[in-house]
Amino acid sequence: MAIWLNNDSKILVQGMTGSEGTKHTRRMVASGAQVVAGVTPGKAGQEVDGIPVFNNVADAMAATGANVSVVFVPPKFAKAAVEEAVDAKIPLCVVITEGIPVHDTAQFYQYAVNSGSTRIIGPNCPGIISPGKSNAGIIPADITKPGRIGLVSKSGTLTYQMMYELRDFGFSTCVGIGGDPIIGTTHIDALEAFQNDPETDAIVMIGEIGGDAEERAAAYIKAHVTKPVVGYVAGFTAPEGKTMGHAGAIVSGSAGTAAAKQEALEAAGVKVGKTPSAAADLMRKIMQ
Amino acid sequence: MDLYEYQAKQLFGKHDLPITAGDVCETVEAAVAVSESIGAPVVVKAQVKTGGRGKAGGVKLAKDPAETREVAQAILGMDIKGHTVHKVLVAHAADIAEEYYVSILLDRANRAFLAMASVEGGVEIEEVAAHNPDALAKIRIDALEGLTPAKAREIAEAAKFDEAIQGQVANILTTLWEIMVREDATLVEVNPLVLTPTGEVIALDGKVTIDDNAAFRQLEHAEFVDQGIDPIEARAKSFDLNYVKLDGDVGIVGNGAGLVMSTLDVVAYAGEEFGGIKPANFLDIGGGASAEVMANGLDIVLNDPDVQAVFVNIFGGITSCDAVANGILQAIEQLGDQVTKPIVCRIDGNNAIEGRKILTDANHHLIELVDTMDAAARRVAELAASRKGAK
Repeated sequence: MAIWLNNDSKILVQGMTGSEGTKHTRRMVASGAQVVAGVTPGKAGQEVDGIPVFNNVADAMAATGANVSVVFVPPKFAKAAVEEAVDAKIPLCVVITEGIPVHDTAQFYQYAVNSGSTRIIGPNCPGIISPGKSNAGIIPADITKPGRIGLVSKSGTLTYQMMYELRDFGFSTCVGIGGDPIIGTTHIDALEAFQNDPETDAIVMIGEIGGDAEERAAAYIKAHVTKPVVGYVAGFTAPEGKTMGHAGAIVSGSAGTAAAKQEALEAAGVKVGKTPSAAADLMRKIMQ
Repeated sequence: MDLYEYQAKQLFGKHDLPITAGDVCETVEAAVAVSESIGAPVVVKAQVKTGGRGKAGGVKLAKDPAETREVAQAILGMDIKGHTVHKVLVAHAADIAEEYYVSILLDRANRAFLAMASVEGGVEIEEVAAHNPDALAKIRIDALEGLTPAKAREIAEAAKFDEAIQGQVANILTTLWEIMVREDATLVEVNPLVLTPTGEVIALDGKVTIDDNAAFRQLEHAEFVDQGIDPIEARAKSFDLNYVKLDGDVGIVGNGAGLVMSTLDVVAYAGEEFGGIKPANFLDIGGGASAEVMANGLDIVLNDPDVQAVFVNIFGGITSCDAVANGILQAIEQLGDQVTKPIVCRIDGNNAIEGRKILTDANHHLIELVDTMDAAARRVAELAASRKGAK
């Protein structure tokens, strides 16, 4: 089971012939993921480590049965790449690219919603891994092993940190949903999927300043999630009005603060750790 | 990036949104000259990127050039919530019959855009939303459909604008949408939008936020970037590093925005025990940082005079910890005698054992390796406090 990514996932990489695309294709393959195709316009017929490259997503899907796309295309061309994947009706499109203008993301997100056939994860995210099953993106596969904790996080390195802290338990699926103002998959989407996944027993949710996604996730947890949830929120010391690395990580006036998010999560019955290690300790107690 | 009012109005002018005549000035003489050329009365407005200018005395009417001199003298150089006023906008003071509110913004929660309008403008719109929500019309704008003329009309009607001016308001809304899209803005706000006694609708104030990610296709926006930013921030920018100066004593270098935010928090918690030691900066060297990038990052942080001690917090995901360790040593070698501050390192993840070994073998008197993030934060806070106390 796991969520969204499993043994049957066949991955195509948009932008595979670029340096990042090639590097991470090799890492995905080394971790045991089935990477079946690459897509770069005008480069059909080429290969990367024996993996065939196609001109477009539709051709790649038709020839290889790919059902997951991982996008490494530069920001300027990312919108066209994602819309092409949506047109080809790929079920899952994981957008790793950082720095996409938010108007482009708003448009391709709406495009995917209208199509009704593609889930987008990201952009500006590390991707998704179901340890031991498959790995779509740039999350290091050797941090931890398969297990029964589900993890959803806005941040890449905090995802890795939490996987490392809880490496002795392992994870069903870890999803990095990305730090941009508009993202295709939210905390709530992941919470719903983990709640319904028989291979997940408990959930770690990592948030950060900006927007109100964590507050809305808290309301969702209160109403719909019966599995134990542990939370962590980064950015208590972030000053107002400054973007902290992620395009979406900004406190605007009194909105989007870490304190408000922690409060909302705790009110929903989520145990919130003050540091990543403290959150990991809370989860350890639940799993023991 | 938030724009100054005068920059927002430059964009309004570019897209033919009606605004009052005026110009931005850095000196009293220039303000007087503008006042003379556009004709009194004028309003002199402090250009700062914060709210509440009016209450702070940063917006004043002047009935003639002599009064403009007086008012500009008072406003230029004043401090508004920690922002020094370096520029004023001198604009024609329009006669006002009514004050309205219109805006379009990126709606993160609904993953679309939102247009808002109210006939109760000129006050903080949050107050209207809280006390009289019916007076604020809110309409979702689909990212693909955009704000059509029909939708603009719908918003003007929903906000109960007088029928006689609904057409003008609708035109203003479609122009604001054009600015959103063409300028890659995430917020355009006009408060107040005013009706003059002669029936014209004019933008009297303007607030625009533009998307930094769109810089590659908005080359003209480069001129909006503040020149007077912190010199350390400017230098970090030249290295292409993601840096924010903060008010504290512990220099932070980490990889990944989330981990660095978390590091700031953990240092601030630990610092409570040591007399309120705080992080001095946010610095993210990125997920795949090389030795060179690490060296640049350390260079920036070690040269900040406020920094007493440095915390290098790395979780090697894509980055290999041996590269990180070599980067630290390379930075110390490059900087030579400039390195006088202790550097506490916590290195985990990809190839951590090798990375730690490189640092241990180097046996440098200023480098200290600590096993966990929490313990390292405590140690660096302790070091910063003792150095600060020794001064």
